[in-house]
Amino acid sequence: MSTINEKITTEIRKVAKELLEKDEVAAFLGYTEGTVPMVMKPFVARRPEDVEKLFWNSFCVLNLANYLPLVLQSLEPPRRPNDPLPEGPLPRVGVLATGCWSRNMVVQIKENQIERERVIIVGISSRGMVDRKKVQAQVDHLEITEVIEEDHKLIVKGPGFTKEINRWDVVRDNCKSCVHPDPVIYDEVIGDFSGGRQVPKRFGDIQEIEDMDIEERWKWFQEEISSCIRCYACRNACPLCYCPTCFVDDSRPQWVGKSIDKTDTALFHILRAFHCAGRCTDCGACESACPMGIRMRLFTKKLYKDCMELYGFEPGLRIDEPLPLTTFKLEDPQDYILQQGQKGEEK
Amino acid sequence: MEEKREESWQPKIIAFLCNWCSYAGADLAGVSRYQYPPSIRIVRVPCSGRVSPNMILDALRSGADGVLVSGCHPGDCHYISGNFYARRRFALFKRFLEFIGIEPDRVNFTWISASEGEQFAQVAREVTERVKRLGPARKLVKEIEPCPQ
Repeated sequence: MSTINEKITTEIRKVAKELLEKDEVAAFLGYTEGTVPMVMKPFVARRPEDVEKLFWNSFCVLNLANYLPLVLQSLEPPRRPNDPLPEGPLPRVGVLATGCWSRNMVVQIKENQIERERVIIVGISSRGMVDRKKVQAQVDHLEITEVIEEDHKLIVKGPGFTKEINRWDVVRDNCKSCVHPDPVIYDEVIGDFSGGRQVPKRFGDIQEIEDMDIEERWKWFQEEISSCIRCYACRNACPLCYCPTCFVDDSRPQWVGKSIDKTDTALFHILRAFHCAGRCTDCGACESACPMGIRMRLFTKKLYKDCMELYGFEPGLRIDEPLPLTTFKLEDPQDYILQQGQKGEEK
Repeated sequence: MEEKREESWQPKIIAFLCNWCSYAGADLAGVSRYQYPPSIRIVRVPCSGRVSPNMILDALRSGADGVLVSGCHPGDCHYISGNFYARRRFALFKRFLEFIGIEPDRVNFTWISASEGEQFAQVAREVTERVKRLGPARKLVKEIEPCPQ
């Protein structure tokens, strides 16, 4: 009997092959197996025979929306910056999308990064992706040579050991607190949709930090980012970060120094998180890409929570709603504004 | 450090004031000879919507003890809606700074119109008082460590 993932893989290949053969799309963006266990890599199938390389399992942690604009661009005929777009419809791309990825595509459509007509979204309901680092921790960071995935458990093998792990124990934190596992926009569907999830304490991790006092929070923040090596993997994995020149690469003015000085690192993380305010869908690609295990998703999740509290907005759920920082209401809360005669907190 | 905490210590506060209301308000405070502490360093910006979190962080990194951002009252913006966008941006930003452990009184926001010279002096006194209570800002100041000998 085949597992859920094997069924999905077969289904993906079928859909992708059909789309490519009928010439509906010029490329299909999915995942293929990486060279080491538990690492999947994004893969662009451009010919019908390529689809055999497509795979689906619980390690598809990166966000495919991140690659979508580049793949679309690569299919356009070459032209100089100011040349007009060629006439006629441009080639389309098929792409897999779980809940958060599809929401990121909604954000990209709103920000004119991709065109809805040029993507064919193949929706999959996400069962939660597995955190590689959690699996490694379960086997005391021994070398893992093979991981066999079944529906509810992982069988991890290495030199001299075999261990069975409950799948839900090693699912990523953001997937555990996810309430939107189903795609928001899609053209094709693979498998059944779950119909949404209920999570008891959705922002429990944020609440925990908010409950600390200010000095404790500062200590927590310093410790969290202290191991940062400024590789910018979090930025590169993020589908929201598409600026041609990122603020960290700007030299005039230089907003953030390039060293691993603690202030520079702090400013980088503050600004990176803030740039995602009202846009981040908590897909967790940044955290999964981080080689140092920094939980920078907590920063963006705080902004997510505030956007919900202040403006009742969740990114990417509705395509007809403007992003929260590109709009305003006259009655927006402004209790943080200093009023005349109002005294600060007594220390 | 201890020396700085003395009563005579004056904080350095960077104030981003919008050209149309708050800057004129500060000007009015000046010509009307309202007294306020000399801790405020004014940077004139076209609109409070021009102020980005980068600029606030840059001020803190460069050694400012506090930041004040002031624009026109909601509805009075010279550019119709700049301060409404700013209001959303800074609501999130201020909450975020508090979340990571920057004292809430370090970064202040207010609305001051061109006719509110007295109010400007009042806000300047108040912000100075708040920042004084916190003492010098060290958290985000970038310090170059001396080379190990």
